[in-house]
Amino acid sequence: MTAAWAAVVAVGLATIAIKAAGTLLLAGRTPPPRARAAMEHLAPALLAALVVTQALGGEHGGFAVDARLAGLAAGAVALAFRAPLLLVVTVAAATAAAVRALG
Amino acid sequence: MRRRPRPPGPSPGPPPASRPPPAAPGYLDGARAAAPIGVAAFAFGVSFGVLARSAGMGRLAPVVMSLTTFAGSAQFAAVSILGAGGGVAAAVAAAVLLNLRYGPTGLSAASALRGPRWLRALTAQLVVDESWAIAQGDDGRIDRHLLVGAGVVLAVGWVGGTAVGALAGDLVADPASLGLDAAFPALFLALLAGQVKGRSRLLAAAGGAAIALALMPFTGPGVPIVVASLACLVGAWRS
Repeated sequence: MTAAWAAVVAVGLATIAIKAAGTLLLAGRTPPPRARAAMEHLAPALLAALVVTQALGGEHGGFAVDARLAGLAAGAVALAFRAPLLLVVTVAAATAAAVRALG
Repeated sequence: MRRRPRPPGPSPGPPPASRPPPAAPGYLDGARAAAPIGVAAFAFGVSFGVLARSAGMGRLAPVVMSLTTFAGSAQFAAVSILGAGGGVAAAVAAAVLLNLRYGPTGLSAASALRGPRWLRALTAQLVVDESWAIAQGDDGRIDRHLLVGAGVVLAVGWVGGTAVGALAGDLVADPASLGLDAAFPALFLALLAGQVKGRSRLLAAAGGAAIALALMPFTGPGVPIVVASLACLVGAWRS
């Protein structure tokens, strides 16, 4: 099995279990408030880490500053103007592509 | 900013004067409410298919992933880590950690689901951020018909888009020349903007970013993201 298929199967099974668990195992019961609060803060923590690593990560670890940063900045501006998700991503990609074409 | 759809009902546009609004929403109401996001899900599915293909996942694996995982941010996270050479373990860990939020989400939907256990478990698979938001009433209760209608529309768009993108992936010679590598951080930033409600979540986001920055010079790709999840403890500490 290739790495891609291993990831697909593992993530798929885990996600199906997580989604089903909420309705089956935990029906009528509530996890402790602290655990619940921690779970609610998982997504912001992970997404922020993903922004940083995807914008600044080098090919084999470490940092690399390139056109991605310009794209991210343009996307952030679009976001500030309340552009929809798809437009934010398109603006970021187009900006990075333009910076590369000019550079 | 992830667009939160308006709660279904008579709000968008002037309601027809002759007909009173329906008493209870049906599957079609959910599908209708989700239609614009379904189009976006399709377009996004195409970009996921293209990116997964360019990350060396082949044609079938991205489609199977969209069908079984059906959670955009986790799939993008896994594929971007795989594409950066971060390894299977880091990719799986990051994706699963991102999807842990569907634990509490599924919990809130649990009381709305009906039927035998297998059917409830199957219906719960349709819970994603968007369908969950559409199915929420003003009182915070989940409507099953809206959830299923919206979930099916989103699933069809997402999986169909992925298939198109994975098949057309060959047409995209160099993802970097199209700026697709800049699409990832912008996507995650937009998803993050929709998540940051209140100070404690902002703290968790800042903590996650700081941990990732601190670890990046010393570890391979992937590890900083998984360790950054520890910043979620801010929530437990401040509650």
